[in-house]
Amino acid sequence: MIACRGIVKRFGGVPVLRGVSFALSGGRTLGLVGENGAGKTTLMNILGGHYPPDEGRMWLGGVPYVPRHPQDAARCGVAFIHQELNLFGNLSIAENLFLTAFPTVGRLPCIHRGNLRRRAAALLEEVGLSAGPDTPVERLSAGEQQLVEIAKALSLDARLMIFDEPTTSLTRQETERLFARMGQLRVRGLSLIYISHNLEDVLRLCDDIVVLRDGEQVGGGPRAAFTVDRLVSMMVGRSITRLFPARAAPVSAPPLLEVRHLTQPGMVADITFTLHRGEVLGLAGLMGSGRSELARILFGLDPFARGEIRLAGRPLRPAPRRSIRRGLALVTENRREEGLCLEAAIADNLALVTLAAHARGPFGWLERAGLRRAIEGVRGAVRLTPTAPDAAPASTLSGGNQQKVVLAKWLLARPAVWILDEPTRGIDVGAKSELYQLISDLASEGTGVLVISSEIEELFGLCDRILVLSRGEIRDELARDAFDRERVLRAALGERPRPGVLS
Amino acid sequence: MTAEATASRPSRSGLRWGRLLLSDYAVLVLSAGWFVGVMPLAPGFATWENLANLVGGMLPLLVVATGQTLVLITGGIDLSVTSTIALASVVGARVMSGDSGWLGGSVLAVPAGVAAMLAVGAAVGGLNGAAVTVLRMPPFIVTLTTMMFVSGFAIWWTQSRNIGGLPAGFVAIGARTLPALLVALGVAGAAHAVLTRSLAGRWAYAIGHNPRAAFISGVPVRRVTLLVYVACGCGAAVASVLYTGRLEAGSPVHGQRILLDVIGAAVLGGTSLFGGRGTVVGTAFGVLFLGLLDNSLNLLNLSHFTIMMTKGAVILVAAWMDTVRRRLDTA
Repeated sequence: MIACRGIVKRFGGVPVLRGVSFALSGGRTLGLVGENGAGKTTLMNILGGHYPPDEGRMWLGGVPYVPRHPQDAARCGVAFIHQELNLFGNLSIAENLFLTAFPTVGRLPCIHRGNLRRRAAALLEEVGLSAGPDTPVERLSAGEQQLVEIAKALSLDARLMIFDEPTTSLTRQETERLFARMGQLRVRGLSLIYISHNLEDVLRLCDDIVVLRDGEQVGGGPRAAFTVDRLVSMMVGRSITRLFPARAAPVSAPPLLEVRHLTQPGMVADITFTLHRGEVLGLAGLMGSGRSELARILFGLDPFARGEIRLAGRPLRPAPRRSIRRGLALVTENRREEGLCLEAAIADNLALVTLAAHARGPFGWLERAGLRRAIEGVRGAVRLTPTAPDAAPASTLSGGNQQKVVLAKWLLARPAVWILDEPTRGIDVGAKSELYQLISDLASEGTGVLVISSEIEELFGLCDRILVLSRGEIRDELARDAFDRERVLRAALGERPRPGVLS
Repeated sequence: MTAEATASRPSRSGLRWGRLLLSDYAVLVLSAGWFVGVMPLAPGFATWENLANLVGGMLPLLVVATGQTLVLITGGIDLSVTSTIALASVVGARVMSGDSGWLGGSVLAVPAGVAAMLAVGAAVGGLNGAAVTVLRMPPFIVTLTTMMFVSGFAIWWTQSRNIGGLPAGFVAIGARTLPALLVALGVAGAAHAVLTRSLAGRWAYAIGHNPRAAFISGVPVRRVTLLVYVACGCGAAVASVLYTGRLEAGSPVHGQRILLDVIGAAVLGGTSLFGGRGTVVGTAFGVLFLGLLDNSLNLLNLSHFTIMMTKGAVILVAAWMDTVRRRLDTA
């Protein structure tokens, strides 16, 4: 169906792709893996007609494929399902589906509403979405929105569908549903390209795999030739012997953060736990189980109705500024919206939390030499890429380095308790392993770390203890020697643990 | 940085041209070019008398535009500055006027008058800031309505009459070039220092970039936002001191036509209407360019309306450049 041979692309003389070749027949799925910056996105942009390759040729359905612009690619039947969904939340599903080709009343420039609704309903049935065609897209969950994207691609008679990190904002359940849908698309003879950092998913889903590293195709072939470990070492170029650092089990340390009967109707109910000095405590649970809500309440972004929070023995009434003063740090799950000032300089982002500490006198003049020294020090501490100048906007960094900036700005405040909400979402394996090391080091230095993650493996590798939340309540608690995938899943799905398990 | 990041950037030579056109000094270069270009065409242009007049006319605009720059940097906008100028003008005149003022003839007239004008500015700014921060209303609609109310009040209160008989000491501040220059440069210099060197200034930029991230990082978003509106109101009041002095009368329609110049000068100087970006130095260049444009087109005997059209076009181009700049930076 689609074939590429010797694709080369340079930007300003710097090669970003150095000879990528693959072929994919109808009804098969190709997995494309590589670290951030390996060239996956560039390859996809070439396929999508955003810019031409410098060298190499492409064929689609047996004929040369030379898309001049994105509409060209769409006309040829190449469709993208993006990481960030490209839908208009304020418009209805039907309007989103036919935005570029509204059915009209005869040849009049009027939209044929009935026709629109009928055709949209047929498409929705095809992808298995039960919502009505008039539903505004903003009322759909992320998974449902993805289905709308797929329906949109189907309406354009796509022959090749490219999924770019489609599962990052989906719950596990929604992910499974998406995978089932992708299976049906293959049966219909479509070719699929699947890009993901979740290597297990790639191995499960794809027939063939292409591995990119620094723009080079370092591996490719049928799935059977790969394992997760092999993929990782190919992507990174060295074998990461241990993704997770070794954790010495903390001896009974004094309590640091004590939460008692914390309740906010509709969000969390009767949450009680203690975080100790030097401990990494995991919060597991499905999306919407109250994990992030709990994190936001603890930091003071959302209110709570009942309960008590004590930090280092003294009660805490959380509110961002007060929480920071008392030694709390919050890394939110969406670094682009809440973690960074993307267009501000890297240095300004790093300085933001601790800026006040460098202000002198009644007018708050900044002591700039000290500020610069602090920033330089913390850049080294988190191993932020040295090639990015301090004055460059944070948006120019890769996802992993952006996350390091977020961690670094808090690190400067020397917090006693870290609340990390999905700290490794959407970042590549190399940066992940560095972040794990960093988190582990923080705990060894005597801080307490609360980690929220949707990846159970990550929690198992990182945490000393895990709490499982479901519908706003703590359902189970597992110590490191009792970590068990099935038990966590059961609790996350809302099953009560056997009596006597909760301490 | 990454391959993705370099993807949509233009070629190198294109980037160099883009940089020159979009740099902070582009408007200064443009002004110099305009100055040299107009010199032979307009005979009275490059005379000391005309240039002094030109600078004198620009100073109050610089002061208002400086305040506006602060608000724009936090991602807000203050449309009420012109009416603040008018209200401060008539309030000051009512206090100081030798004919009918409350303190007419007293030694305290000038300080009390100036203080009253500053109080008017701070009050209007505080009102705007409170509506934006406490009531969480959009700055555009808040300041648009404040503009209507304040302007209407000033005209109703004075029955649309100018108030003359101002003390000579007061008039001197605005009418003589040197004191006006000192006041304007003082205000602009202070604002520049605050923006670049102080905690509040850096916080203002962060709020403009991403108020949510700033709030979570412990920035007192409301306090800083309130502060910039108050500062902007005070800036308008100081500008009112200069304008009122130049006209030697308090007028309820002072500054009515300069709103576009105020925002235009800031945008010309590289301040982003989307927040997070802008400098006082840039705004000063913008004021300089608009001042040159006004003055030279006047000397070329163009009608007021032609001048308006030209200025509108220039500011439109500046706003477009703002959009391009954002695209280049985020590409």
